[in-house]
Amino acid sequence: MSSVQAASEAAQTLAARREEVAHSWADLPLFASAYGGQQDEAASAATRLVEAMVDLAQSGRIDDYLAPGFTAVREVLSRVTSDRLRSGGDAQQVIDEIGQLQEPLTALFDGQPLNGHADAGLVPATLLAVTELIGSLRVAAVVALLGETDEVVARQRQELMEISTPIIRLWEGIVAVPLIGTLDSTRSQVVMESLLSGIVDEQAVVAILDITGVPMVDTLVAQHLMKTAMAVQLMGAECVISGIRPQIAQTIVHLGIDLREITTRATLSDALKYGLARTGVALGSGV
Amino acid sequence: MDRIPLLRLGPVLIVSVQGDLADATAVALRHDVGDAVSSGGISGVVMDVSGVAIVDSYLGRVLTEIAADCALLGASTIVAGIKPAVAITLVEMGLRLDGARTARSLEAAMAMLGLDVAVTAVSAESGP
Amino acid sequence: MSVGTARAALPVRSDVDLMAVREATRAAAAEAGFSLVNQTKLVTAVSELARNAVVHGGGGEVRLDPVQQGTSRGVRLVVSDQGPGIADIAEALTDGHTTGHGLGLGLGGARRLVDDFSIDSAPGQGTTVTIAMWATPGLSTFRSRVPLRP
Repeated sequence: MSSVQAASEAAQTLAARREEVAHSWADLPLFASAYGGQQDEAASAATRLVEAMVDLAQSGRIDDYLAPGFTAVREVLSRVTSDRLRSGGDAQQVIDEIGQLQEPLTALFDGQPLNGHADAGLVPATLLAVTELIGSLRVAAVVALLGETDEVVARQRQELMEISTPIIRLWEGIVAVPLIGTLDSTRSQVVMESLLSGIVDEQAVVAILDITGVPMVDTLVAQHLMKTAMAVQLMGAECVISGIRPQIAQTIVHLGIDLREITTRATLSDALKYGLARTGVALGSGV
Repeated sequence: MDRIPLLRLGPVLIVSVQGDLADATAVALRHDVGDAVSSGGISGVVMDVSGVAIVDSYLGRVLTEIAADCALLGASTIVAGIKPAVAITLVEMGLRLDGARTARSLEAAMAMLGLDVAVTAVSAESGP
Repeated sequence: MSVGTARAALPVRSDVDLMAVREATRAAAAEAGFSLVNQTKLVTAVSELARNAVVHGGGGEVRLDPVQQGTSRGVRLVVSDQGPGIADIAEALTDGHTTGHGLGLGLGGARRLVDDFSIDSAPGQGTTVTIAMWATPGLSTFRSRVPLRP
């Protein structure tokens, strides 16, 4: 029997026994945990998956998870996996639990005459088809899980970046952002956005970019700093870059970077003094 | 066609640019500012763009041209109120506004030109 | 993969049409949940490209499509014209900061504003530029910049 025939036979049996399969699946951890013991929700999700798999099996292309029949399966799986993740499962658990779906199916085909053909050679072929089906299901689940975690990771990373880029009000009209760590283009975007809205909130006259905590300044980092400084200037504030260490000064000179319109200072405290002078605050002696 | 109104306050010309401009409006603005400044007695022009959400390379170029016109006519130009999103976009595009200073607000621009005025929005509800 | 409620095909014959393109793009970007900065970048980028189509391409069309990739929502725009086409694309993409060469700043600038950018152009065969931007914070910057097929 060809694999397409085997798949078709499997589909027919699945279709005929769909309620039974859905019922036994609904009791398995994948569905039971995903829907927190809500029997009918678990049952309807399981039914949806069975239906999608029947359609897929009927199409005959069960080993190709990119095949059109898989769209419905992927959609159902996406929903089930995100529900399962939300109920506290992790990716590994979900994959394992999908593997558990195979057992009820194997039991279904085990020793059952298929549509009246009690042919010993037919059953293994159909069983193989079922195994392949579950295998493809696991791949589809991994794809769905990747999408899920991608988004969570991205969101967390963004939030982390925003938290680690505090805009500090040093004085009336003076804001500062201490940059810590490497300044890649994503970070640079976050810094720019946070700093500019800080300037609006404070109606700042001077904005200080402190790079004491930036380990290395190469051409790219320098470009990001320049862009941020230019954006600050477009908003009518003055940009001061502080925390320039001797090595960084040498790198900037060697790279031929022109910081002509940007004031620079060695320390944040020097930058603050400069800012206070610019905003017209008189400083007593000893400061 | 919309024409952007100009307001003269002593030696300062105030231009309040709002919303999305058609090219013709921008071109007319350039002519109108040139006419106003060349009538004499104006030392500063403030282009208030706090109401502008998009500055593309065309509008950027017009603003730069207005600044150049004014410089030739003896007036300095200040572009005031560029929004953060616009500033970031301009910088990312590499668009420079040459020839004009920048200010965070109309009020700040006036102070830069030596005119200390408190600019407050007046609504129907508030009293004098 | 298109989620098609706000799809549009907008003709751009003169600069007046650019305003409608900007507004439609802004609405689609807002609808897709873009941050204000990303809305501004996308609208500015399409304004540059559509203007090129008018000024250099003899007029053309902007197709706007909300798109989806997994859980990310985005907006894709295809700006096309049947104009003379670009002989040296690489050159056109480098910047001319001075106002001399009109194509210089618009094209390169637009590319830097968006997440995905691809251009199809040859002398005598018009120009088609496809751009896309994605809403999910951070996700778009992890995506490698692959050219889109319109």
